[in-house]
Amino acid sequence: MPRTVGQVLDQEFLQVRAKILELAAFFDRLELAEPGAVDQRQLALLQQGCAILNDDEGEKAKRVQMLFSREYNPQWRQEFSL
Amino acid sequence: MYYIDPHIHMVSRTTDDYETLAKMGCVAVSEPAFWAGFDRGSVDGFRDYFRQLTEVEPRRAAQYGIQHFTWLCINAKEAENVELSREVIAMIPEFLDRPNVLGIGEIGLNKNTKNEATVFLEHVELAVQHNQQILIHTPHLEDKYQGTRMIMDMLLGDSRIDPSRVLIDHVEEHTIEPVLEAGFWAGMTLYPVTKCTPQRAADMIERYGSQRLMANSAGDWGPSKPTAIPDLILELRRRGHSEQAIRQIVYDNPVAFFSQSGAHFDFVPPESRNMEQSV
Repeated sequence: MPRTVGQVLDQEFLQVRAKILELAAFFDRLELAEPGAVDQRQLALLQQGCAILNDDEGEKAKRVQMLFSREYNPQWRQEFSL
Repeated sequence: MYYIDPHIHMVSRTTDDYETLAKMGCVAVSEPAFWAGFDRGSVDGFRDYFRQLTEVEPRRAAQYGIQHFTWLCINAKEAENVELSREVIAMIPEFLDRPNVLGIGEIGLNKNTKNEATVFLEHVELAVQHNQQILIHTPHLEDKYQGTRMIMDMLLGDSRIDPSRVLIDHVEEHTIEPVLEAGFWAGMTLYPVTKCTPQRAADMIERYGSQRLMANSAGDWGPSKPTAIPDLILELRRRGHSEQAIRQIVYDNPVAFFSQSGAHFDFVPPESRNMEQSV
């Protein structure tokens, strides 16, 4: 029994608001941290993940998962000689 | 609501947890063999572990009216030691006739290496030779997609494997669809940080339906919540799912899948139990 858009928004608004605040506070902590070496790949992944949240396309959870996934190589069995 | 946890590592949990599970409606658990948190040094270490899974845990569970079933293997984390893995695989048949053994598991991949794939294939051969069901572990985090695809390549490349007798666990949003489309059973693991929340599991149920889909806690020695399935039940109730639909995920589906193990799944539904059986 799928919920309506309004029901989803009403029921989850406060939880999602809290999660957005957590993200915002994390990026503030990055900004305020002492300068030092940064793993640019990690930083870029987090920024790209946030961009997915705000784009116009669907399947956001699946796309975030794929963003953080290693690539599948269909030739792996030949390369492993298995 | 009565439920079954199809993937939980009770050797890592206290007896108090069995009591809590029973109070929350758990009537059966299935416990795949897994990594102990350290690499074991000998085949005898695994023999003792399998005695724990087939002798000790069923007794401990029965005190609380919970039926205990299990799966045997050497896990992927220890598969880099191929020699030990082969000794363990050769020893497993000693235990396959034990009454609570449902099959081979949780086999799978961890870092998607050649040794892991080699040991995985040898476990699959063992399962085929002994007509056993298979329970699959898929890797964590960034290795999950690649590893799940590799596992499916190996299983679908073997015509002797019937996907309907294989449960692929720890599916998430990017792996659930190919697993179900290929005819396998899929398990969603409700586990903090590295796997899936009850909310996301409910999303996947709504998107993909409840056929061949289960949920588990994978409660173990790490940060995990053995009572995660009741959390999913609550989330589905909040969203207006019927009791019958929820029951299919948390009770009917595990019973249907495990029943393919034949006589080893001697499950007694709670409504058919008498006091002597249930406590």
